Amino acid sequence: MNACPDKAHLVHALADGELDAVNAQAFEAHLKTCPDCAAALGELQALRERIAAPQLRTPAPAALHDRIEGMIAAETERPRRRIPSALPWSLAGGFAALAASLVAMTSLPSTTGLADQLVADHVRSTLAAHLVDVETSDRHTVKPWFNGRIDFAPPVVDLAAQGFPLVGGRVDYLEGRVVAALVYRRGKHVINVFVRPEPKGLRLPVGRAHDGYSLVRWTEGGLEFWAVSDVEPRDLDALKQDFIAATHG
Amino acid sequence: MARILQFSTVRAKRPDPSAGRALPPTAGRRTPADPPPLSPVEAQRFRALVLPHLDAAYGFARYLTRDAGQAEDIVQDAFLKALRGFAGFRGGDPRAWLFAIVRTTFLDAVRARPAWAEPEAAEAMPSEDDTPEAALVRQGEVATVRGAIEALPEPFRETLVLRELEELSYRQIAEVTAAPIGTVMSRLARARQMLLASLSEEAAP
Repeated sequence: MNACPDKAHLVHALADGELDAVNAQAFEAHLKTCPDCAAALGELQALRERIAAPQLRTPAPAALHDRIEGMIAAETERPRRRIPSALPWSLAGGFAALAASLVAMTSLPSTTGLADQLVADHVRSTLAAHLVDVETSDRHTVKPWFNGRIDFAPPVVDLAAQGFPLVGGRVDYLEGRVVAALVYRRGKHVINVFVRPEPKGLRLPVGRAHDGYSLVRWTEGGLEFWAVSDVEPRDLDALKQDFIAATHG
Repeated sequence: MARILQFSTVRAKRPDPSAGRALPPTAGRRTPADPPPLSPVEAQRFRALVLPHLDAAYGFARYLTRDAGQAEDIVQDAFLKALRGFAGFRGGDPRAWLFAIVRTTFLDAVRARPAWAEPEAAEAMPSEDDTPEAALVRQGEVATVRGAIEALPEPFRETLVLRELEELSYRQIAEVTAAPIGTVMSRLARARQMLLASLSEEAAP
């Protein structure tokens, strides 16, 4: 681009449609007598055509659209008439479940019970295409991944031999705090193990079943563990025993 | 055995999965410190004014981060900020307003993770989700131009992308990048010069 030095910015402004009528006319008159400026404009227009290829623009993935729609719903005030949060929804119909979980999430009061939150986090992880942040069955990859993301070090064990293969790890939110979530599988079922420093003070007991999900709690080394899943409670008990045994092994 | 089966079902990963998620998945969860939720009317307004620019915001974030996963994180976090700051949006151009939030979110993420800003090799390789035809196209003209844009240093890259790909006016670019219009014009001219130089280099034998 070798336009006249004092006119270089005019070449761009004209190509970008940023010149007013008077200046545009004056510059166009100059172009007729100045081959350098005309060549510079031609070069610029050719470049702009190459950049105009539609493949250079990437639309947002559908999953991102869905997550942001869900976020808007979650950030919107609940209507006066509340839908009961304990809707008996099943996971069988994907869309029905997603809609129901959004309803459940938006209708939860902010001081919702711990069991509600645990189940909501679990359901969300299985629906929102965000099961794990770090996807690996190698516990030596998962454990360091948590460094710097949370301020405690959760034990990570692989329980594939016991029938609970490790899927990966994720950071999640529980009672307004970042916690670690370890994800295991039992057959086709997902098990979330939430780990956080053991909270101080008296805690209300939380039932072992909630909205059709099983919950199992244990503590170890100053950390509190919550296993949440739609598997049978006895499977979660087995996971708890295996987890504790593996951390001591 | 279970482990082997597990591996076969694991989907292909990005080269560095740990770099992909710098932002905690705060989406949709409210903590006591959060601002009050939007009224249904405001939420509707947000859907009408801001949501239509999601694709554009993602496109912008793609060129800022040069990584699909990071772009998703940036856009998701930016939308949460936009939602929670929507009360502070008083008319004006919603696209420029959203882009400014995307840009700030990206700069904050870069401050937390300087590795993001490094001008690593532009993503000219076919990605996993490409169809064979798309892969062929990518290796040709489009990949060349994309690579050349991604190789531009900042602030020239963002200026060029906002003008050429997002079709913002000089005034809107000035608003998004918090720079005077004169600066926007000189950055744009310089960006195009660099792009022209690198593309004609490509064409030369």
